[in-house]
Amino acid sequence: MKFLNSKKVVPYIFVSPFIISFLILTVYPAIRGIIMSFQSVLPGQVEFIGFQNYERVFNPTFYKALSNTTIYVVLTVLLLTILPIIFAVILDSKFTKLKTLFRASLFMPTLASTIVAGMIFRLMFGETDTAAANQLLNWLGMESVDWRFNAWSGMFLMVMLCVWRWLGVNILYFLAALQNVPDELYEAADIDGASIFQKFWYVTLPFLKPVTIFVVTISIINGFRMFEESFVFWEAGSPGNIGLTVVGYIYQQGIQQNDMGFGAAIGVILMLIIFVISFIQLILTGAFKRGDE
Amino acid sequence: MKSEQRKNTFTWVINIGMAIVCLIALFPVIMLLISSLRPSSELMRTGISLAFDWSMLNLDNYNYIFTQAGSYWSWYTNSLIISAVTIVLSLFFSSMVGYALAVYDFKGRNLFFTFVVFILMVPFEILMLPLFQMMIKAQLVDSYLGVILPMVVAPIAVFFFRQYALGLPVQLMDAARIDGSTEYGIFFKIMLPLMGPSLGAMAILQGLGSWNNFLWPLIVLRSNDMFTLPIGLATLLTPYGNNYDVLIAGSVMTIVPIIILFIFFQRYFVAGLTTGGVKG
Repeated sequence: MKFLNSKKVVPYIFVSPFIISFLILTVYPAIRGIIMSFQSVLPGQVEFIGFQNYERVFNPTFYKALSNTTIYVVLTVLLLTILPIIFAVILDSKFTKLKTLFRASLFMPTLASTIVAGMIFRLMFGETDTAAANQLLNWLGMESVDWRFNAWSGMFLMVMLCVWRWLGVNILYFLAALQNVPDELYEAADIDGASIFQKFWYVTLPFLKPVTIFVVTISIINGFRMFEESFVFWEAGSPGNIGLTVVGYIYQQGIQQNDMGFGAAIGVILMLIIFVISFIQLILTGAFKRGDE
Repeated sequence: MKSEQRKNTFTWVINIGMAIVCLIALFPVIMLLISSLRPSSELMRTGISLAFDWSMLNLDNYNYIFTQAGSYWSWYTNSLIISAVTIVLSLFFSSMVGYALAVYDFKGRNLFFTFVVFILMVPFEILMLPLFQMMIKAQLVDSYLGVILPMVVAPIAVFFFRQYALGLPVQLMDAARIDGSTEYGIFFKIMLPLMGPSLGAMAILQGLGSWNNFLWPLIVLRSNDMFTLPIGLATLLTPYGNNYDVLIAGSVMTIVPIIILFIFFQRYFVAGLTTGGVKG
């Protein structure tokens, strides 16, 4: 018993349940996934086929999925960084009353699942003239839109859904960062006669850099992993694959078509894309220079 | 005086602007609530529409899901069980690991921590096909355990708890040791209660994640009565659907437990987001 209570052994006991489940449920499947990507996996018959899966991956459908996903990532990253900064600064300013109410309303959408939120959007952006979005367009004197059946409007729906759900969370991140800006700096800027925009640009923004890097990073990674937004609008498939994403392609090939080897190969490529982007970003933002802590 | 006036106008513009933005953000939720009170035949005809007949609003849809909604309540129960077990297990394991990483000095600690951070970057999507194969072999397809197991490993929670535990008063540990407490006693009786706020924040995040999780349950769950809420609701979203009563009122009911969870833990939430986020 004494042995189990020694300071040398205890940390390992604390860590071990996690390590064991981690090895079984993350490390093992990650390795299996890489091996599978070199196999043809059929029921009761597994065979190594070298790089054949990878050769097949680079086809027009994959490029379509990749370009959809990339456009989605660029748009969501831009919107989910710029808008939250603006709203956070406004919510933090002394001019704003009812701060708690505003913050709570903007955060509210986060609580709905993508499926519930997507269902609302799907019915609001319905094809009929009676659906909310088209009513609004008609009222403004514009033609109704077949929202889910055009490439641009399909992308618009996916991006809108994502921005609507995540805006509030990102505002909270930026609001927290704004608390770190010392008031004296604003006072000094006031004395120097800086305008509101100069203060924002030279005083506020530099303090927001770390949290901006964080927000951009998770937005990129989550963007490349997107699946639900597309699924809720088109389920099995979109016309001309306008809503197909990389993960949607993995699901379609690996689960629906039961071609697990091929699906795994797409998964490995997705992982490489995410690694490369994270790596480039870490270098650009100088995260490696900071040291460990 | 003139600048005072300008300031006033500015305040008005900002506040009215924010109010409009908030209304736009809440608009879909308001429309959902109103639509859930409209007759389902109307909904099927018009979708979520700006123009509707106030006199037709009633509670029939809610009445319907509470009395005869088919599988809806099994989906609800499934989601509740799966989320509760996921929250408890992942918080339990992750808090122990985060705590050990923060307060003990042991061989392999830094390596292990680097590993956890690295794994944060591995997308679940590369794991899902092999995991699905493993679940088939272990005969866990279409079971609660099959959904829960992969969610128990939560590197993000480990990371978060470590950050939080770094701020714990380690002097208390020595004091407790002198009093004859075991290391486990120190953790469960002294340190874990001190980590309360971080547990609250993670309970919300893990709870939200599990309650709203879609892709993995979609793969593992096969039979209608085993579906979780998001999967079940998604099956109602067909082009030929005439289930708008269950779909809309059911969606409203879906948000209820999340709001309860949120109200319960919300004072930890903002603090939690910021410790986990900004240092990340």
